[in-house]
Amino acid sequence: MALLQIHEPGETPAPHANDTEVAIGIDLGTTNSVTAVSVEGRPEVLRDEDGTALVPSVVAYAPDGSSIVGGLARRLIAQRPDSVVSSVKRLMGRGIADVKQVAGHLPFTVAPAEEGDGGMIRILVGGRRLTPVEVSSHILMALKERAEDVLGRAATRAVITVPAYFDDAARTATKDAARLAGLEVLRLVNEPTAAALAYGLDKGAEGLYAVYDLGGGTFDISILRMEKGVFQVLATGGDAALGGDDFDHAIAEHFLKDWTGSKPGAGAVKQAIATARQVKEDLSATDSGTWALDLGGEQQHFSLDRKTFEALIEPLVARTVRIAADVMEDAGVAPDEIKGVVLVGGSTRVPLVRRMVAGLFGHEPLADIDPDEVVAVGAALQAEALTRGSDTLLLDVTPLSLGIETMGGLTEKIIERNTPVPVAKAQEFTTYQDGQTAMAVHVVQGEREMVDQNRSLARFTLRGIPPMTAGAARIRVTYAVDADGLLTVSAREETTGTEQRIEVKPSYGLSEDDMARMLRDSMVNAKDDMAKRLLAESRVEAGRAANAVRAALKVDGDLLDGAERKAVDGLLAKLDAAIEGSDRDAIDAAAEALEEGTRAFAEKRMDRGIRAALRGVQVDELAEAADRGGDARKSAQAGD
Amino acid sequence: MQATALGAGADAHEKAAMVPCWSCHGPVRAGDAFCGSCQAVQPPGQVDHFRRLGLPRAYVIDLGVLEKAYFQAQRQLHPDRFATRTAKEKALSQQQATALNDAYETLKDSLSRATYLAGLMGLNVLKEGCNALTDPVILMEAMEMREALAEAETEADVTQVTKRAQDEIADCEDEMKAAFAKGDLEALGTLLTRLKYLRKLADQTRLRRAELRGRA
Repeated sequence: MALLQIHEPGETPAPHANDTEVAIGIDLGTTNSVTAVSVEGRPEVLRDEDGTALVPSVVAYAPDGSSIVGGLARRLIAQRPDSVVSSVKRLMGRGIADVKQVAGHLPFTVAPAEEGDGGMIRILVGGRRLTPVEVSSHILMALKERAEDVLGRAATRAVITVPAYFDDAARTATKDAARLAGLEVLRLVNEPTAAALAYGLDKGAEGLYAVYDLGGGTFDISILRMEKGVFQVLATGGDAALGGDDFDHAIAEHFLKDWTGSKPGAGAVKQAIATARQVKEDLSATDSGTWALDLGGEQQHFSLDRKTFEALIEPLVARTVRIAADVMEDAGVAPDEIKGVVLVGGSTRVPLVRRMVAGLFGHEPLADIDPDEVVAVGAALQAEALTRGSDTLLLDVTPLSLGIETMGGLTEKIIERNTPVPVAKAQEFTTYQDGQTAMAVHVVQGEREMVDQNRSLARFTLRGIPPMTAGAARIRVTYAVDADGLLTVSAREETTGTEQRIEVKPSYGLSEDDMARMLRDSMVNAKDDMAKRLLAESRVEAGRAANAVRAALKVDGDLLDGAERKAVDGLLAKLDAAIEGSDRDAIDAAAEALEEGTRAFAEKRMDRGIRAALRGVQVDELAEAADRGGDARKSAQAGD
Repeated sequence: MQATALGAGADAHEKAAMVPCWSCHGPVRAGDAFCGSCQAVQPPGQVDHFRRLGLPRAYVIDLGVLEKAYFQAQRQLHPDRFATRTAKEKALSQQQATALNDAYETLKDSLSRATYLAGLMGLNVLKEGCNALTDPVILMEAMEMREALAEAETEADVTQVTKRAQDEIADCEDEMKAAFAKGDLEALGTLLTRLKYLRKLADQTRLRRAELRGRA
């Protein structure tokens, strides 16, 4: 077997580096999605035969339930509007109430969740009721297959980007979609952060940068501080329901207002929006033009010049500029301190957007990398960094405050927005009634004071509080946000230790049952896939155990006599052999045997370590320290 | 690690504290982030924020040094470094990175650093809002400035109040230095209360300015 490998602390080696597999970066966009891969620091965007990188995030469903994703699906919009879903990202992690306000704008029919559905909204398409998570998973599955075709190897792990301003519900929905598509998410990375990574702003660039990201359906602005190899996000903000699609709607409405033919139906709106997108793209290059609008067999012509177009979208762009100014205020940064502005998202091609951004920051923005591809490039770089190791450090923040409902329907913030992640914060609460044995915990996200104006993420009840007088119980509620920006909440009654911990499954999310059923439905080979994943996990864990013993032998091998050493070597050899094989039980058994067989060795090592440490302590401290040595863990805790 | 007047006593004991590594079961010095023999990441342990970042336990710190220590530690411990490791190692790195963020966020701001350090020194600092303004001089100052802010009609008026608040904050921080040097807990209690309200006032001036700008 291989020689002993020693890694620097914190360095990420690729365990069982498997060259037939590659980690990909996916920009899962509202309008289009892009996939990229990076090998040895050289990122490459994956393209089809025509050189096109953009895969329209559009899914068409056939009567047999199969789906088509991409350009072909988009072309089917006009003919079969009821079987095609687009812009599904706008619905990720949303409930019916959120969607009502934009319902007129949505190019498909939605329905509220029914009993037993979990709270997530349903999309009615092709005679089926689908969740946005399922539709997204169909897009991801198609992207995964395409990547595997192009690369000629398996792609089971990915970095997926999300708008920085996505809330917990939308992030969870994205991760669930990946799971349904058979992709392991290495990390959810915020889109502006990925873009900064793609520009390699860490190399050489120092100082403050802004990333202005206007996509099809979302707007994000982040202020980052660059320092050699460090990307530190200072503040982030945006609007999860504002993007270039809104420009299209504004143009379509403008045209439909002047439509003199018979009343347009549902399919007509989709057609008008498709034409409007063309108008927007054309007017970004030319000053004026005339376009034909085909609605249900009738055709009319409309003219538009750039000035009118800009007047139509000016309020929308002004909103982004206002948000950008607020985020700078949050970061405590003035516009003239910003050294550069990076443009991301296809909508930043619109000249008015560039002018207004330049006006705000007083700089011509950077747009050397194609704004449609820059996020995927950053995701691919991060996917490689996570699997192959890297010196670059990404320090990101929570986009929105996380709070809890208190008396009177008020929100008490537990984690403030723009706090670096991962983070954990706790707050103590008490009972307000004598003999109260349960406490309801309502988890919300947002900046408003009243709970009902914020997004409700989850509710749960801590039970089993022993009856006490009001105000006597001490209930500690802990919020923890991981590096993906996902929240876990736990509540614990301190005097008795009654505890409850939940992964926050958002009110608008999928229940575990939903998820299990969908996994069964969507993946014929789900079982196989699961077995493969478990085998991989056992291998990684066994490899960790073998490396640990080898390292210990190198340091303290002299504690073993010849026979003992031979026994340990034998156990290691058996474990190595098991890892080479593919019998998970055999690997686990061999790892267990190694653990058992090295227990005495570990005890000898602890003894030696403690004795050595004591020799380093001054003589007059000896007696006291010897007591502590007998219970090493206790003395460690007493150190604080 | 740098021993300091405040921290030296604890350090000697901690040198002798050894805990078993969860991975190779060998000895690890309590508080170390990695096992010396097998390099496995360890739980963050109960270490004060200054020690976690290898800084002297003092109010006056070099923010450049703090940041460097923080970046250096995150480079080794951030979950991004453990994306392909075992679930246990991922969880431990998340705990370590969380502890580092807590330490960095607490120490980089003068008010939270002072509150935390005073707490380590035995001052019972109450949560915000609980320390009433009792000193008549401070109370007068607070009322005057609030009034000035309420009467401010233009951005320039507000900027003046901001300027005054910032000057007072600077004064307060200077006095804090002296109080920490002397270990005068009573003076520290008063100064912390004053700094807290000055900060709040400065925040309010920011909001007010944004409001006035929005109206214009």
